Amino acid sequence: MAAQTLFDKIWDSHVVRAEPDGTTLLYIDRQLVHEVTSPQAFEGLTLSGRRPRRPGATLAVPDHNVPTTDRTVGIADPLSAKQIQTLEGNCRDFGIALFGMNDIRQGIVHVIGPEQGFTLPGTTIVCGDSHTSTHGAFGALAFGIGTSEVEHVLATQCLVQKRPKTMEIRVDGVLPTLCSAKDVILAIIGKIGTAGGTGYVIEYTGSAIRALSMEGRMTLCNMSIEAGARAGMVAPDEKTIAYIKGRPLAPKAELFEQAVRAWQQLITDANASYDATVALKAEDIAPQVSWGTSPGMVIRVDGKVPDPHTMADENTRKATEQALAYMGLTANMPITEITIDKVFIGSCTNARIEDLRLAASLAKGKHVAKTVHAMVVPGSGLVKQQAEQEGLDRIFTEAGFEWREAGCSMCLAMNADVLQPGERCASTSNRNFEGRQGAGGRTHLVSPAMAVAAAVEGHFVDIRTWR
Amino acid sequence: MQPFTTMTGLVAPLDRVNVDTDQIIPKQFLKTIKRTGLREGLFYDWRKQKDGSQDPLFFLNQPRYQGATILLTRDNFGCGSSREHAPWALLDQGFRCIIASSFADIFYNNCFQNGMLPVVLNADEVLAMMTDVLATPGYQLTVDLGSQTVTAPNGTRSHFEIDPFRKDCLYRGLDAIGLTLQHEDAIAAYETRRKAEAPWLFTDLRENLGRA
Repeated sequence: MAAQTLFDKIWDSHVVRAEPDGTTLLYIDRQLVHEVTSPQAFEGLTLSGRRPRRPGATLAVPDHNVPTTDRTVGIADPLSAKQIQTLEGNCRDFGIALFGMNDIRQGIVHVIGPEQGFTLPGTTIVCGDSHTSTHGAFGALAFGIGTSEVEHVLATQCLVQKRPKTMEIRVDGVLPTLCSAKDVILAIIGKIGTAGGTGYVIEYTGSAIRALSMEGRMTLCNMSIEAGARAGMVAPDEKTIAYIKGRPLAPKAELFEQAVRAWQQLITDANASYDATVALKAEDIAPQVSWGTSPGMVIRVDGKVPDPHTMADENTRKATEQALAYMGLTANMPITEITIDKVFIGSCTNARIEDLRLAASLAKGKHVAKTVHAMVVPGSGLVKQQAEQEGLDRIFTEAGFEWREAGCSMCLAMNADVLQPGERCASTSNRNFEGRQGAGGRTHLVSPAMAVAAAVEGHFVDIRTWR
Repeated sequence: MQPFTTMTGLVAPLDRVNVDTDQIIPKQFLKTIKRTGLREGLFYDWRKQKDGSQDPLFFLNQPRYQGATILLTRDNFGCGSSREHAPWALLDQGFRCIIASSFADIFYNNCFQNGMLPVVLNADEVLAMMTDVLATPGYQLTVDLGSQTVTAPNGTRSHFEIDPFRKDCLYRGLDAIGLTLQHEDAIAAYETRRKAEAPWLFTDLRENLGRA
């Protein structure tokens, strides 16, 4: 048999049928559902009189609209409340498992999947959400789809796909102190651009990737979509297997042993080739800060805001000018001189227990600057509970951070957590688009460590030398 | 789904790169549980001036582009979130065809699910059309899916590539789910085979999730 990449192995094991032109009916093992992109899919099933093919292969949770404040008082926004009630009704009517808003297991869909052992190596996973790429950290083929395809998977457990191309992104070496998976993925996007991965599935390889924890790999794969790739993946290893073992939805006993034997085969063969390869040296990666309105507009913390006048390409120059005007920044300004109003530590990119442990260790004994409002939003109810058992909540609140309930929160500001026009935020989330965190709001994407330092100092600082 | 065969329509220009789906339709419009009526949210933040009034310079507010059915734009259109609300809002505004030098994958795919045709032309062709549409009131293009061409008023014809399966579905307005269900036997056969080699994938999630 010809040498295969990790992607090839997963793809080939999910082909239901393939047309001579390459159009493939691909089997989807599991689907995650949330309240924003599913109502029209369930409505479509109702209108056509169709039922889910395997309701037991889908897990639903509300996350985008949920308040991060006291939930016992309900949801103030009637539209948000209606969307969540609609999800609850649909799950009841169609027999789909649901973690309700007040269930301790509720959380961001891409945090709870791995947490519950829903996310397994070698599987195909979809969700009506572009950050589904997160689950690729386990060696799964996981990608975001639109609502029509959510309905398609519910009805058929399949999707019609064309085989994407493969890209290897290799990061060898050792990351500098306090440089994290977030800095790696931001540096990658800065290098290949927000459309660099369009049409590809990325496999992240190299010693720096192997050294990442599962949480770090999730952060990395999460933002593959910001590089234009629908999916990113890391081959499963001992860390992956140890993470999965014993979780509620993980296979048990003999079935687990059988699964592990299969997962150990999920590596790219030595002689396999990718359609494209990109390489970075871990030692070269510095803490990153985005300065513009697209995740590719990112630079090292010791750098300066780019100058459009030095740009030869007209499109790039124009886009840079528009971004600087929106962000209220001037060319050639040192990144460390940018002052901030808000700090958001949360989102499917950086709200897992490891992120909170690191952030708390840096916040301990310090205090948020008087000019800054800072909040921490755990990725799930269970992450919150774990953090509280470890006393992290007290460290945060003593340092002046607000400690909230789990959800997507200010990553996309569909709930009440919104930036006001002109406010500037250091955010551990994934998108710095215009208005993403609130109309007129200005987002700088950073790692959790960089966010804590910025909260304390009131401006960006180089975490490598921060005491 | 409404078939897409050929159309001639007024062109509206959006001369920007990397237009993301948060711009096409901001979050507050995603709280709907319907597919229709999303026109109100289309480019919501860009349509307004700082004081909240409509910006007369924004292209969709200009009288000359009222009734446009073809959107002309630049690289990486539709990047960001998977929200199908983006094509729904464009369709609700009247756009059935979007011409760009490149698209983000999920947005591109979502268009086909809604009877809309995303056309990729090379950057030079898009630049020439962008210049012409800005200079020429009433500028129209003819998009023909059958011959995979876009024809300008001066007769210049540009060819575009499209996946044959997607073309056929769009051209005939086929129900994608209905097509897949024609292969129900193949799906069932796959499940039987796969269950034998990877039984842990067929555990019913509901059985392993106790009550909270």
